[in-house]
Amino acid sequence: MKFGKTASIFFIFITLLYFLTGIGAKSQKIVRLAGSTAFLPFAEKLAEHYMKTHKDITVDVQGGGSAVGIMVASEGIVDIGMADMLSLPKETDSLEKVVVARDGIAIIVNTGNPLKNLTLKDLTQVFSGKVKEWKEIGVNLSGQIRVISREEGSGTRKSFDQLILQSARLTTDAMFQDSNGTIREAVKSDPNSIGYISIGFLDSSVKAISVDGIVANNENVILETYKISRPIYFLFKQNPTPETKNFIQFILGKEAQKIIAGDGLIPVVKI
Amino acid sequence: MKYFKEIIIEKCIKLLAMSTISILILIIFFIFRQGVPFLVKYGLPNFILGQKWLPQENIFGILPMIIGSLWVTIGALIIGVPIGVACAIYLVEFSGKHTKLFFKPAIELLAGIPSVVYGFIGIMVLAPFIRSTFGGSGLSILTASIVLGIMILPTIVSISIDALSAVPLSYKEGSIAMGATSWQTIVMVLLPAARSGILAGVILGMGRAIGETMAVIMVTGNSLKIPSSTLDSTRTMTSNIALEMGYALGDHRAALFATAVILFIFILLLNIITMTVIKSKKTR
Amino acid sequence: MNPKLTQKIAKSLLCGAVLLTSVVLFFIIFYILYHGLSNVNWNFLTGNVEDLGKKGGIYPTIVSTIYLTALSVFIAAPLGIGTALYLTCYTEENLFTKIVRFGTDCLAAIPSIIFGLFGFMLFVIYLRLSWSILSGALTLASMMLPTIIRTTEEAIRAVPSSYMDVNYALGGTKLQGIVKIILPKALPGILTGVILSMGRAVSETAALIFTAGMSLRVPVSMFASGRSMAVHFYSLAREGISLTNAFATASVLMITVLIINIVSYLIMHLFLRKYI
Repeated sequence: MKFGKTASIFFIFITLLYFLTGIGAKSQKIVRLAGSTAFLPFAEKLAEHYMKTHKDITVDVQGGGSAVGIMVASEGIVDIGMADMLSLPKETDSLEKVVVARDGIAIIVNTGNPLKNLTLKDLTQVFSGKVKEWKEIGVNLSGQIRVISREEGSGTRKSFDQLILQSARLTTDAMFQDSNGTIREAVKSDPNSIGYISIGFLDSSVKAISVDGIVANNENVILETYKISRPIYFLFKQNPTPETKNFIQFILGKEAQKIIAGDGLIPVVKI
Repeated sequence: MKYFKEIIIEKCIKLLAMSTISILILIIFFIFRQGVPFLVKYGLPNFILGQKWLPQENIFGILPMIIGSLWVTIGALIIGVPIGVACAIYLVEFSGKHTKLFFKPAIELLAGIPSVVYGFIGIMVLAPFIRSTFGGSGLSILTASIVLGIMILPTIVSISIDALSAVPLSYKEGSIAMGATSWQTIVMVLLPAARSGILAGVILGMGRAIGETMAVIMVTGNSLKIPSSTLDSTRTMTSNIALEMGYALGDHRAALFATAVILFIFILLLNIITMTVIKSKKTR
Repeated sequence: MNPKLTQKIAKSLLCGAVLLTSVVLFFIIFYILYHGLSNVNWNFLTGNVEDLGKKGGIYPTIVSTIYLTALSVFIAAPLGIGTALYLTCYTEENLFTKIVRFGTDCLAAIPSIIFGLFGFMLFVIYLRLSWSILSGALTLASMMLPTIIRTTEEAIRAVPSSYMDVNYALGGTKLQGIVKIILPKALPGILTGVILSMGRAVSETAALIFTAGMSLRVPVSMFASGRSMAVHFYSLAREGISLTNAFATASVLMITVLIINIVSYLIMHLFLRKYI
């Protein structure tokens, strides 16, 4: 009788172990992506699409920002790192790179803000803190300008710094949020704020202003009249796994590029 | 045969315990090993007193974050301690048995609500209110202090209740026998007697407030400037670690671990203070 | 001033504090449940996450949460209880045990983000486990260990030493004494500690984002990534993906934590009354 008790406990233990470690899980191959939050929702959508037709593959997508993507891709911890940057840092020299989409950066303000357009020079002055009040740039809004930026590891931030701040530094008064979505939310609720997000993230909850008279939309990015844009890279180690290769080919295929274009990014393949 | 089983089990338990203790040591060791060399290289004063945090230019000064953490924590204590201790006093001295029975588990419930929910309510309800009443963006030290103050209430209330209940009945009886009112008894006899227990609770709450991350990231605005008013946005040490953890490499990564070391030492000191406070109470 | 008047004023102020706290508590719970409970239905609980969470349900997050909690308790409970047993029953009270106790007390107070940093660097990067349930569970287990050790120790110490004396007097061995007398008596306390740790695991966010990751799918094994309910809620709320679903997820989250708290409270008070 005592033996039965010990045996049953042992049995439960083994079943639990089996279940918890997923030893019995069917051999699913995992393709891991991480990085750019600008491309994240699109990567998710494409992953979902891909898994419908490839039942034996799981595609795991993480965010973290472009710098995270580069770091984990070069360490081999993920299969593909996603980075949305103008120019890739030298840590990526050992990695293969391919551009999967292009995206513009829109400058956004609260929907209650009467501002419609800013010159590039004004933009630099606002974001570097040289101009502190809305009235100084002729906007009928009382109060200080509250700049909201991304943290340094963001590809969007790096591209923004290079294209708009150039040699100037971001104002020390700036507040920070950690993804495109959270900046949009912050600007949506704060009437005095100004920030920047990927054009792919624009919606009716915030207002995108035009820069030097050019409206921030994909057409103008393609025409290169709206110059604030950057490519979105997939970075991976040389000799990737076959599942990784297949997934990248899928992303560069017509079907995926159509989805990318339909959802607000700029495709790199003629569709 | 029986002894054999005894010895086997004892060895197993010993093994279990030793591996666990090694794991705990590993955790502490890992954090210090990553952070301390950086502190030595960069210089502790430069790190703690540096006013600029610019990883791109290899400048790692965490003074703004230290001030942010301290200001937010002190704000939380200003809100949490009076209300918490007041609740404890009322429940122990003035309320009926049923109120206490109902309230104590209710307050434990507050402790169980995830911090992200607190942060969410902070963004949705508190921040707009502060923005319209006081101006500014609504994401500020004040907002964080209120949210954290509510979050540490359960700790302070529970421990204060325990501390006040532990005061010997004879103290209270003696005071009343000499003609004091209940309130006079509380102020002049009970509170001083329970002082160290309540203090331990306050310190515990302080530790919780300093260590909170998610709720704080959501409501402070995370700016890198040294704050000059309670309505300013700020960044705490914990938020800094969370915001930059993913991509930090080399010195940047080491700097984050160094921040963790500073936090660890601070909590260590708080623990030591708590222990000495409680010990001094026991020897009285 | 008249002492009786002072007392009246003080009493009303104190009562005000209690009322204020109660109001705040009820407001928090009411606010979440009012906006969210109406959207929690069978489809929500069993449906897959769609469109980053804007549509669909939260089934994958529920699975991830259960998986993470179960795996971390599976790792931490034996280690923690064993250590506590060792410290109380198999060693004398000396400098070593004092240091270990101090160490666990300190670790119990460490902010969870530091465990997240530790877990990210050690499990995700250094051990190359990547964002996975395993990384998350190992990190959670590290967080739970100090608490489980402490509560188990307290529970065992609460058992009067005379019980063991009786055990020896009757000719029982140490092991028999532990298994038949101490553990059953200490069980409610031990269980409470474990269950409260589970509550902490369910609510944990920062550490999990960096270790278990943000994958929207049901994790196929412990090497896959999966987001817990708390992480999902954080994402929905912060990125403005869907307020309705955010409230609904928060409701499920809060009810889960509520149930965990109630269970541990019942164990602590009902069982204790039964045995003592």
